[in-house]
Amino acid sequence: MGPGVPIEIYLNVAASGLLTGLVYGLMALGLSVIFGVVRVVNFAHGEMMTIGMYIAIVLFFQLGLDPLVMMVPIAAVLFALGYLMQAALINPFINRPEHSQFMLLVAVALIMVNALLIIFGPDAKGVQTSYSFDSFQFGPLIVDAAKVYAAIAALAVAAALFAFFRFSLTGKAIRACADNYNGALVVGLNVKQLYALTFGIGAACVGAAGSMLVVMIDVTPALGPAYTLLAFVIVITGGLGSMPGALLGGLLIGVTEALGGLLFTPSAKSMFAFAILVLVLLFRPQGILGRRAA
Amino acid sequence: MIRHLLDGVPSRGLAMLAILLVLLLIAPYFVGGYLLTVLFLILYFAYVGQAWNIMMGFAGQLSLGHSLYVGLGAYAAAALYVHFGVSPWVGLFASVVISALAGAVIGFLAFRFGVGGVYFAILTIAFAEFARIGFDHFTWVHGSSGFFLPVSNYTQNDLWNLRGSPVMFYYLMLALTVIAFILCHVLLRSRAGYYWLAIRESPEAAQALGINIFKYKMYAVVLSAAMTSLAGVIFAFFYNNLFPEQIFHISRSIELILGPIIGGVGTLFGPIVGAFLLTALAEGMREIMLQLGVELPGVKQVFYGVCLLVVVMFLPDGVWPPLSRLLGLDQKTPDGES
Repeated sequence: MGPGVPIEIYLNVAASGLLTGLVYGLMALGLSVIFGVVRVVNFAHGEMMTIGMYIAIVLFFQLGLDPLVMMVPIAAVLFALGYLMQAALINPFINRPEHSQFMLLVAVALIMVNALLIIFGPDAKGVQTSYSFDSFQFGPLIVDAAKVYAAIAALAVAAALFAFFRFSLTGKAIRACADNYNGALVVGLNVKQLYALTFGIGAACVGAAGSMLVVMIDVTPALGPAYTLLAFVIVITGGLGSMPGALLGGLLIGVTEALGGLLFTPSAKSMFAFAILVLVLLFRPQGILGRRAA
Repeated sequence: MIRHLLDGVPSRGLAMLAILLVLLLIAPYFVGGYLLTVLFLILYFAYVGQAWNIMMGFAGQLSLGHSLYVGLGAYAAAALYVHFGVSPWVGLFASVVISALAGAVIGFLAFRFGVGGVYFAILTIAFAEFARIGFDHFTWVHGSSGFFLPVSNYTQNDLWNLRGSPVMFYYLMLALTVIAFILCHVLLRSRAGYYWLAIRESPEAAQALGINIFKYKMYAVVLSAAMTSLAGVIFAFFYNNLFPEQIFHISRSIELILGPIIGGVGTLFGPIVGAFLLTALAEGMREIMLQLGVELPGVKQVFYGVCLLVVVMFLPDGVWPPLSRLLGLDQKTPDGES
């Protein structure tokens, strides 16, 4: 640490932060999609990711299945969870005041994180895959194989999501709901069902991100609130409701955290994320790629 | 002055309030040590709930980071006492100033740049988390290994240094709660109180009427932060140990806003009723689990979560409004309009 650290170390740490940042970006993308369409802030976002991570852990230890291979089924489970949450809990709250919706999700988050605590206990759990200790070398850069695979998967999911919203009819319908709620109702869209679908998609993103993150870090129930917060920081930094902004914010926060951990101490790394949040709120409150709110 | 205070308060309500106060005053002579601690906790939550309510219930600004002010208040007074032997009665000024400043910084950042609603709430969490991690590395107060106040067996209460029996802390907390209640009662009928309600209901309309909404939102945050820090001072000297991981933790922030939300946001009695209900239920459940021999961390929080969920879904205004109608204290009755 400190002086005397060769530049290669910084480059390596930055590259590793960049890869982690892509996974963060995917997680934040889920939050951004939900917010952009349903206009509800999913305060249980990180908790939903830890649920995905624990599913991956259980599959790995009980059936020996690789978390990255299980990404699609895990995302599907989270999709179902998100769909049900929106349909059963959040849809009745659509016209309630903002803080009321927020408290609803705080309650859901509280139940999720502590239910995980009761089921799995407070100890950290991690997986050892066949590629856990592999690494790739690109010139002076050495990066973990697990992070590279995870980052590629994150890019693939993000690309699929962009394509879905751009080209599919359902994706267009969802964007219509986001643009104009009343207009969507007038043209006969089933807005509540589309909302549930959107929440499901956001949850699937975070589930996929969870199955990627589990090959990089150990999971504890307490991770939930921390990642909820991280997702917010990323989304606000990148620009609310902007999908590319969420990815960019993820990269930025990933690199900042990694370098901050190297320059100071790893346990203080999330302070840097908060520092960026404050700077963004000060100088560009709409976020890096966000549009100015009316 | 007194007459003005009592204006528009229904006499039945006044009588009930007097009975409640007398009961709380004589309680230490009848209850044991354990129950007294529970009562202390109830008053603690009633007080911080009242302080939080000024921001959310009156001015409509959702703070989810109130543990920041509790923690700053607690650490400031405790550090001054341990390092320099400064009495907490002097130290509390430092606590209040530091917390008020923190509130002012957060409020300034948020309100200047139009960060409102849920984003404001996230900003408050971010600052509390920032403080949590910061204090973990703050060696002057021993970082994450915890900061301890010297403890010994006290034969008599030393009120000046806040060293003594739980009964002393109980009465202090009771005094604070009563003062906070009266203050909120007065505030709600003051110019600032009406401005706050106007801002809560519609910031645009309030601004159009010429209210300086930035200024009044700042007042609410600073006052709420300052009041909350006093609870932190008492917390530090009552429990004698401070850990950043606990005192600044987001679960603490959520715990302290549950009372007013379950009791009724924006009402004077909500925080008190909520604190009674929640603490009594939580302690009751702890007792039941003790009897059954189950020991699971997280059960209490799941229970809090379910309570919150049920109240938010089915009683969006909290328990107090329907309860007050039941007790005949409804503010809209002809003998007590306000």
